Amino acid sequence: MSATRPPADRAAAYAAVQRSPEFTELRSKLHRFVFPTTAFFLAWYFLYVLLAAFAPGFMSTRVVGNINIGLIFGLLQFVTTFAITIAYIRWADRQFDPRAAEIHTMVEREIGGDY
Amino acid sequence: MALPQTLVPALPVLPAASNVGNPLINIGIFAAFVVVTLIVVIRVSAHGKKSAGEYYTGGAAFSGKQNGIAIAGDYLSAASFLGIAGAIALQGYDGFLYSIGFLVAWLVALLLVAELLRNTGRFTMADVLSFRLRQRPVRLAAATSTLAVSFFYLLAQMAGAGGLVALLLGINSQFGQSIVIAVVGLLMMLYVLIGGMKGTTWVQIIKACLLITGAGLITLWTLGKFGFNLSSVMQGAVDTAAAEKVKFDPQKLLDPGLRYGKDLTTKIDFISLSMALVLGTAGLPHVLMRFYTVPTSKEARKSVEWAIWLIGLFYLFTLVIGYGAGALVGPTAINSAPGKANAAAPLLAFHLGGSVMLGIIAAIAFATILAVVAGLTITTSATFAHDIYNMVIKRGTATQEEEVKMARFAAVGGSIIAILGGILANGQNIAFLVALAFAVAASANLPTILYSLFWKNFTTRGALWSIYGGLISSLVLIIFSPVVSGKPADPKTGLSPSMITDPSINFHWFPLENPGIISIPLAFLLGFLGSKLDKEKPNEAKWAEMEVRSLSGHGAGGAIDH
Repeated sequence: MSATRPPADRAAAYAAVQRSPEFTELRSKLHRFVFPTTAFFLAWYFLYVLLAAFAPGFMSTRVVGNINIGLIFGLLQFVTTFAITIAYIRWADRQFDPRAAEIHTMVEREIGGDY
Repeated sequence: MALPQTLVPALPVLPAASNVGNPLINIGIFAAFVVVTLIVVIRVSAHGKKSAGEYYTGGAAFSGKQNGIAIAGDYLSAASFLGIAGAIALQGYDGFLYSIGFLVAWLVALLLVAELLRNTGRFTMADVLSFRLRQRPVRLAAATSTLAVSFFYLLAQMAGAGGLVALLLGINSQFGQSIVIAVVGLLMMLYVLIGGMKGTTWVQIIKACLLITGAGLITLWTLGKFGFNLSSVMQGAVDTAAAEKVKFDPQKLLDPGLRYGKDLTTKIDFISLSMALVLGTAGLPHVLMRFYTVPTSKEARKSVEWAIWLIGLFYLFTLVIGYGAGALVGPTAINSAPGKANAAAPLLAFHLGGSVMLGIIAAIAFATILAVVAGLTITTSATFAHDIYNMVIKRGTATQEEEVKMARFAAVGGSIIAILGGILANGQNIAFLVALAFAVAASANLPTILYSLFWKNFTTRGALWSIYGGLISSLVLIIFSPVVSGKPADPKTGLSPSMITDPSINFHWFPLENPGIISIPLAFLLGFLGSKLDKEKPNEAKWAEMEVRSLSGHGAGGAIDH
């Protein structure tokens, strides 16, 4: 690795970027998206698992033909997984990437290009 | 459970040799796959440089779409293709529960792991874990758990190969099966040595396309037989089970609980398994390594997007294939075939399209084992050469040439272990090894990865406690669980369904088959306590560098060698 600056200097520059309001905003934006979303899909998944284990009667309720609530909830797990994927990709492309690119430029200015 | 054949004359009764189809067609189609992939591997690796980056990550030059397809090819192992379809065919709804955990797990990778990992590491999981901690002990710990997870995963893949050989090639002698396992292992070694990660990736891409097309074809065909009505397919499975006088209420195939609903222990076991599935995927080292094969975090994100679409689609197919096999092949025929539940999908293919369709599915199944094992071999050889040899033993002084040479030796060693393991494990009841691999990945790897990426005050001691604590606790709990010893003996055979079949040997004291519910929270707790109790202060400068790099992608120039 050939850094363009001596290590102490680089460390100070990274720390400066980390403290900058732009970086703080980027981090909190990311955390505000991914942490609640993760909490949601894990809660929904374990709700489904717990229902399957402890409420089989409810899950076996027929809705249409042989299609019961258990199957519908199972398929809804697929739907929410796909929906979260789409939502995250859109958010990341539009909200996250432009800001991350700004930080990248800022770091390059402070430290030098990719090494 | 199997009824005498005379009770079910309506079934397409198979020849006494208990294998189906035409072995020559099966071998022919598989040989064609081998030839085509070998040509591709040789062509793509002809121009490659001999650098470490080239060998480990294909020069980080794959697109997100290509990598996403390869991830699907890597992840949809024989266990998920044959295993889940068979579980749905025999146990109905409870088999479907597996596939949901395997899919939802990818959101952990998408939201929390893939991009940040891509931005902070280069070759292995240990790159990220050791970024701001003390290099050698953390590398060694991460390498140990990587090797453990990959070994369990590998053994499970190879053990399934024997039953598959018996079913598809009509080879029933132990010796003959051992030869086939050795041939598969040697082929895999050839791919890895010639093609490195680039060749392995292309094998996985080709395999994923074949697998998803083949499964899609069987799905449409099955649905077509039932007027494109899923409810009718399910009714068909219930009717066939009723006609074959299964031991349980056939309606139960449609409801949760047939396998896990027996008592409180099985229910808690099921929750434990679900935890390992949903948290284990993003801690599987061979999956993590795939994120390094793309140049940027944006492409890593796209990889996971593609993987989620393909894997989700595939698991929807297995729902139809599983119930379809239950309806058209029936539980009796499945249970009496070699490989039992694993035979459901191949038997359905044979029922629908005869020898040719079976041959295609057989070739896909072999290709699956080949592609997954190749991915595991790359991962273990990279871990051995990069983490253990260069960083721990040589303290980072080895040249790229030395490191790649060591990686190739490790790949040969890994292949020999895979072949020997496959031969020894052939026919053994070690299906639990996949669940174990996920449990260790979720306990030993994921907590440390998340702490490394998100928690400022994480320290070396926290990492070591979490990795070793997760690894040891899940191993110990498995060894003293009923999967290894002490399940009540089957009254018909007098043998225990545990790994140790002698019912008089019983040293189990842990009631669950899956350790996750204990070992995962324990590993998170140990990571937290270890960091709090560490005399060493967290390295703030390195944390600043890691966090800025992980979010901005600075310094992640994948294709650039140092």
